[in-house]
Amino acid sequence: MNTETTGHQKYYVPESSSIPIVFAVAMLFFGVGAADAVMGKGTTLFFVGVVAVVSTMAYWFSVVTRESHAGLDTPQLNTSYVYGMAWFIFSEVMFFAAFFGALFYIRTFSIPWLGGEGATAKGMAGDLLWPDFEATWPPMITPEQSLLGDQAVTKGPGESMYLHSIRNIATWLPLYNTIVLLSSSATVHFAHMALKENNRKRFNFWLGITVSLAFIFVILQALEYYEAYSHLGLTLDTGVYGTTFFMLTGFHGMHVLIGGIFLATQLVRSTGFNHFTDKEHFGFEAASWYWHFVDVVWVCLFLFVYIL
Amino acid sequence: MSAVVENHDHHDDHHGPKKGIMRWLTTTNHKDIGTLYLWFSFAAFLLGGAFAMGIRAELFEPGLQLMDPIRYNQLVTMHGLIMIFGGVMPAFVGLANWLIPLQIGAPDMAMPRMNNLSFWLLPTAFGILLSTAFMEGGMPGFGWTFYAPLSTNYPNVAYFVFAIHIMGASSIMGSINVVVTIMNMRAPGMTLMKMPLFVWSWLITAYLLIAVMPVLAGAVTMLLMDAYFGTSFFDAAGGGDPVLFQHVFWFFGHPEVYIMILPAFGITSHIISTFSRKPLFGHSSMVYAMVSIAVLSFVVWAHHMFTVGMPLVAELFFMWATMLIAIPTGVKVFNWCATIFKGSITYETPMLFAIAFVVLFTIGGFSGLMLAITPADFQYHDTYFVVAHFHYVLVPGAVFSIMAAVYYWLPKWTGNMYDEKMGKLHFWLSFIGVNITFFPQHFVGLAGMPRRYADYALQFAEWNAVSSVGAFLFGLSQLLFLYIVVKTVFAGKKATPQVWDGADGLEWTVDSPAPYHTFDVPPKING
Repeated sequence: MNTETTGHQKYYVPESSSIPIVFAVAMLFFGVGAADAVMGKGTTLFFVGVVAVVSTMAYWFSVVTRESHAGLDTPQLNTSYVYGMAWFIFSEVMFFAAFFGALFYIRTFSIPWLGGEGATAKGMAGDLLWPDFEATWPPMITPEQSLLGDQAVTKGPGESMYLHSIRNIATWLPLYNTIVLLSSSATVHFAHMALKENNRKRFNFWLGITVSLAFIFVILQALEYYEAYSHLGLTLDTGVYGTTFFMLTGFHGMHVLIGGIFLATQLVRSTGFNHFTDKEHFGFEAASWYWHFVDVVWVCLFLFVYIL
Repeated sequence: MSAVVENHDHHDDHHGPKKGIMRWLTTTNHKDIGTLYLWFSFAAFLLGGAFAMGIRAELFEPGLQLMDPIRYNQLVTMHGLIMIFGGVMPAFVGLANWLIPLQIGAPDMAMPRMNNLSFWLLPTAFGILLSTAFMEGGMPGFGWTFYAPLSTNYPNVAYFVFAIHIMGASSIMGSINVVVTIMNMRAPGMTLMKMPLFVWSWLITAYLLIAVMPVLAGAVTMLLMDAYFGTSFFDAAGGGDPVLFQHVFWFFGHPEVYIMILPAFGITSHIISTFSRKPLFGHSSMVYAMVSIAVLSFVVWAHHMFTVGMPLVAELFFMWATMLIAIPTGVKVFNWCATIFKGSITYETPMLFAIAFVVLFTIGGFSGLMLAITPADFQYHDTYFVVAHFHYVLVPGAVFSIMAAVYYWLPKWTGNMYDEKMGKLHFWLSFIGVNITFFPQHFVGLAGMPRRYADYALQFAEWNAVSSVGAFLFGLSQLLFLYIVVKTVFAGKKATPQVWDGADGLEWTVDSPAPYHTFDVPPKING
């Protein structure tokens, strides 16, 4: 191996910066505050933490944007951002994989075993411990309830979110959620095409539609939760069905909200500050990838949580 | 590789480091951040080691002498958490920060500010975790594996959960930085297969981290929800299953084991090649072996759960899959031996640690193979045999490789040679101490001594006393390590850029100590 220097373009290495350390302190408030809040020790610190984290992030992103406009980033730095975003989305995929894995495990193994199926010690234990528990999905009566009836701490839900009869399909909210989210994936793609053609008006239009659809989805989801809690007797603590339903849709909903804010930020950048060109629009691209990812998660959710 | 690349001319657009504490709080320099990581991990190593001393002091003789069982459980738990998340992992990240840009000819890590954040989230997370020591209910005492339902019914678990979340965020950001740096910032001409093995090992490690840290986040989130919000993931009464926790946890946990050993493989390959004065035998087979180990690591997790009552098919599958890992690992050990074979060998401290690594890690590997045999594992499970096994792969495995790396690259970092006599003394004390500590644990384990108890039956007394003596020998020897490192930072024989005459790689072409900014303009790799 011989070494010699070549005239390659310099990679931008930022000067020392106090943003990350401020962020770390914000995360300290956020972490302690969240734990305090969960344990019922007050929520003030938590909200201070959230505000600190969000505002530090906003400032950080604005600095990166300004640096980009100052011409500090090279094609190589942009590649770093592209790879970085891709790997970040991969980590999000794995986060959801943990919850889907839990759902599959519960449906394939733990519910049948609790119902006494299988020659393993577990199936036998299910028979001995909860002789009356029936292994169905969704379990409307929890094992504990099958034994203790109304005395049980963990009782099953009143109703599930599945489509009970094809005649009700017109009033089945998840279907509308699916339509909204799938079309938003298409509209964000239209926006991307428009930007590539440098048609700024069309870009803003489609991106605006996408952002609206994102927030419509969040509102519909909130309606669904309200319905579940107030009319269907389906809550977080109604056994594994309530658990998996709310945890999966809840984390997805949170990601929709984050993705929606992410896209809305790009819309403001485009309409308010005239950012982006047909060649350089990584902020928008990253947001749209994130949006497609959120969409794919929803398709899996729709399939495994609402239909199958 | 003989010419020294002068990097001094390219400093015009850079400022030097800031003065005082602000340098360390705000730095974006990979060398500064590497140093921070390494010192953090050293501090964690000493703290986790102090907890281990507490454990071994209590186990010196049967009966309860020093603490009640709850305190003992807390020490065991915190020892594990601190050593894994605060000791071994940050040490490897520190080495990655220092070495990857130097070895691939990059000016810095791809995202320098995020790099700083990755580090400073660690003290944040450990601050939260350790703060439970001052709360009612105390520190977590459910073992580092925090099995449900013990952990879902434990005080202060919310602090533990958010501490783990922040550590996970730190690891994911750090790993994204590593992957992007390696994929995007290699000097022109450095193809993937020309990449040094330490860089390769970290590329694979970072991929594993990005894949499994989110799963750990999922596990602690489920735990948090079960503990405080009435969900039933791990509660059979609601239709869940406590065993589900173990599946989710070990899906993270087993790749995590390789996260803590793959960089050690990389380090060992460099050192053995240097001090044998031969190129590494089978460079590309080393790469393929590491990739195979990483892929297999995703399909072996349930070998940690053989006695939990899984279906027979699962027991068999996980047994065979686990045994397959012996093949790529065997390839690696073979290649190290073949590199040493007929080499012109000298035994400087890094080489001593590296050879001890190969021998003792292999012992740990063999006991792992024994544990992989399902029917045999029913006998060994949760005994001290398991403790001996994973300490053999982690202490004379991962930790020895870190020490080897520190001795090997310390002259490059500080510009001073360490004291060779002292280094050798440190090695022999550590080597003897580690074997006296952990080898007897094989015996008491096979004889049936269960792990994670503060007390034990009389027949285990002798070997436990021996083990405790060894532990204190090993523990105290590390103060010598601290002394050697500090002394080298401030004084010592001046190191040449090449440092070791058999060393090969870009990091040896820059001055010792390495200038604050290196490879502002990437070197060209030929041949």
